[in-house]
Amino acid sequence: MSEQKKAAALISGGLDSMLAAKVVMEQGVHVEGINFFTGFCVEGHTHAIRSKDKAKPKRNNSLWVAEQLGIKLHIIDIIEEYKQVLLNPRHGYGAHMNPCLDCKIFMVDKARQWIAENGFDFIITGEVIGQRPMSQRRQTMPIVARESGAGDLLLRPLCALNLPETLPERQGWVKRDLLHDFSGRSRKPQMALAEKYGFDDYAQPAGGCCFLTDEHYSVKLVDLWKARGKRDYDLDDVMLLKVGRHIRPNPDFKLIIAREEGENRFLQGYRKQFISMEAVSHRGPLTLIDGSPSSEDLNLAARITARYGQGRDAQQVEVKVLDKDQERLLKVKPLSVDEIPEAWHV
Amino acid sequence: MNKEFLDARRLLCPLPVIRVQDKVKQLNAGDRLRVVATDPGVMQDIPAWCRINGHRVLQTEEKHGEFFIVLEVGVQ
Ligand code: SF4
Repeated sequence: MSEQKKAAALISGGLDSMLAAKVVMEQGVHVEGINFFTGFCVEGHTHAIRSKDKAKPKRNNSLWVAEQLGIKLHIIDIIEEYKQVLLNPRHGYGAHMNPCLDCKIFMVDKARQWIAENGFDFIITGEVIGQRPMSQRRQTMPIVARESGAGDLLLRPLCALNLPETLPERQGWVKRDLLHDFSGRSRKPQMALAEKYGFDDYAQPAGGCCFLTDEHYSVKLVDLWKARGKRDYDLDDVMLLKVGRHIRPNPDFKLIIAREEGENRFLQGYRKQFISMEAVSHRGPLTLIDGSPSSEDLNLAARITARYGQGRDAQQVEVKVLDKDQERLLKVKPLSVDEIPEAWHV
Repeated sequence: MNKEFLDARRLLCPLPVIRVQDKVKQLNAGDRLRVVATDPGVMQDIPAWCRINGHRVLQTEEKHGEFFIVLEVGVQ
């Protein structure tokens, strides 16, 4: 009997990559999943932070998919390396700050290295021609295969019939006529296949797999780069852009104001790294100050912080400011709603 | 049998799972790993990761907002 072939499937947690893996498993191939963590993934984070989402226990969709399929899953931290993809995408950005095509190329390239190191034979993705306007078009399919270096080791089981034969097909590791010819934006063929395999309760992310497809998130990211005068970030930046209300009165500083209890708790963890403030005479949110504020700026920040607490209509609110271990008290009059221009909201 | 400890506090999922995965790679079947984390998501994600990768969760516990999981490494 010939040796069982092995494939690594890129698992995003969505339906398409789940189906692609299943189609190949059905042909007797040993499949294991790879999931890349860029830091921007929609998975988990905000659910973990915000209290209001707690009622529904969150699950990690890629782990869930792997469990449904009965395959191993390798989660790979690419936070550092991914910076180059996001900061200098050769193929540019999508509608927002999402460098989808470069991201795909990068992930398939990583998968190519992974299969070489782990003795696997080929790579599977859930890509479908025409499914996404930027990264999944007829013209981009060969670009991903070529620039990732994967070449014809890259099999897209859901649209393989619309593409040239790949090595796994030519070698008979998988039968081409058992693969699919999905194309376009319709989700119907995927839903029918899911039903055939008995998959339900799968995740259906609205935008894409990450926060970079989100308009508000992208605006905040660009604002951060502009204020710092350089395009760079670390994981804390990535996380903090997901949390709170961001208000920038001037280029030197911005406020990150917790919107509810869960965010308040989350921001507490950053008090050693940032100047923080909260009202003490009234109940109110915790605020972090990012940047280099002057003492005048801090006064303004205290007035804004007070505006978002229960003392918003009071004549005076006492706000405690903590900068490293230095603590002081500011007595301020909260700003009124009209005194906070729309343009300050990032 | 080795007993190891992993501090995954202040990390948000899936980072605690990634740290567990990387640590377990260096361990042998039968070794035990005790993990402490602050993201409640670990109570779902680490057991799920163990189930798919053939490791066994021996104990889970929440104490003062921290989550403790003890797992036994399976054959890798
Ligand atoms: S949505 Fe995000 S993770 Fe998905 S391909 Fe685009 S940039 Fe990459």
